[in-house]
Amino acid sequence: MSIETVSGRAPQAAPSSAKWIVATLAALTLWGLVYSQLPAFSEWLARSLPVQPDSQLGAAIAFFAYDTPKVLMLLALVVFAMGLVRSFFSPEKTRALLAGKREGIGNVLAGGLGILTPFCSCSAVPLFIGFVSAGVPLGVTFSFLIAAPMVNEVALGLLFALVGWKVALVYLGFGLGVAIVSGWVIGRLHLEHWLQDWVRNLRTTAADLQPQRLSTVERIKAGIEAVHEIVGKVWPWIIAGIAVGAFIHGFVPAGLLTSAMGRGAWWSVPAAVLLGIPMYSNAAGVIPVVEALIGKGAALGTVLAFMMSVIALSLPEMIILRKVLTIRLIAVFIGVVGSGILAVGILFNALFH
Amino acid sequence: MKDVKVLGPGCKRCLTTAAMVQSEADKLGVPVKIEKVTDYAAIAGYGIAATPGIVIDGKVVHAGGLPKPEDLAQWLAA
Repeated sequence: MSIETVSGRAPQAAPSSAKWIVATLAALTLWGLVYSQLPAFSEWLARSLPVQPDSQLGAAIAFFAYDTPKVLMLLALVVFAMGLVRSFFSPEKTRALLAGKREGIGNVLAGGLGILTPFCSCSAVPLFIGFVSAGVPLGVTFSFLIAAPMVNEVALGLLFALVGWKVALVYLGFGLGVAIVSGWVIGRLHLEHWLQDWVRNLRTTAADLQPQRLSTVERIKAGIEAVHEIVGKVWPWIIAGIAVGAFIHGFVPAGLLTSAMGRGAWWSVPAAVLLGIPMYSNAAGVIPVVEALIGKGAALGTVLAFMMSVIALSLPEMIILRKVLTIRLIAVFIGVVGSGILAVGILFNALFH
Repeated sequence: MKDVKVLGPGCKRCLTTAAMVQSEADKLGVPVKIEKVTDYAAIAGYGIAATPGIVIDGKVVHAGGLPKPEDLAQWLAA
């Protein structure tokens, strides 16, 4: 994340904006210093407790004491960077970009913009209607709506923090792939007549809004606001997730999960996807558990498929979408996205040994 | 009397936005009538893609996220 590019675009660099940039750089440096001292801190904490360090309880405590600050710090950094980048995007701009786009290229664009466009979850229905009624093709709209929750900053930040940047990148690529292909398939099926009638008949013209010009300071503030809001909301989930992960790490014998979730069991990926559909948790609660499962021999593709299924296909979302989609269209949506996730899991298990 | 409509399905941000409009109007001494529009079709009819949206005297001035207080003051004073 480079601060320089952002400041270069500022209309004018007022003295207060220089102060903000210096303060941000100072905060980032401090972040780096604290982060580099975390392993030493967790070792010191684990040793100062009256527990045998090599006992099961000791292993669980060390895992918890190291992971909690590490995850929260990395998450804050990723969320801040995303908040800053997203201040350059808005649903209105995205809609203007996507309106009238052909399928194919439109799906690719929509997947990418789904990651970058900020919108709160209660905006999902207005956004859907706003897109479709302004001439964004149905399949392209779906690509956007699938990418947005699946490849979110919390999922990416946590995977990066806990499982490593390679897996985070693979998740990003496969998540985008599922969103693009699923949206394209839904578009090819020409299911516009399965929208609710009132949505299909609605034609609107985009509101003529003054484009907001944000200063560098306002973008930094947007990043801080994102950290405050998102990390403030998900931290109990993360701590709960890490506690479960710590338990698995310390007490579940290695190899126990290999038979059920390992690469050998062909049925494990479909089972993981099916299990994930009715489950609803945000990425924050799932990923620390995912990390511990991988450590105990679960296959990565199976675990990623489970995670995507939990995050991208959720019951509350279906209930909200029911207002604009018919049951049949929702069923197609679940079927297409579920198959995509299934393919990703099987492919991943086959490719990475 | 300014006619202000807050567009949004009734989530927390929409309620906060309505409260912000009221408090800013009180501060400026501008009389306002605030109406919450929660019907999805009606919201879409204003041509916005993100909520909360703000409509003042029939004109859409804001869509998506909480408005800035200084912007609110400007819209209400206009």
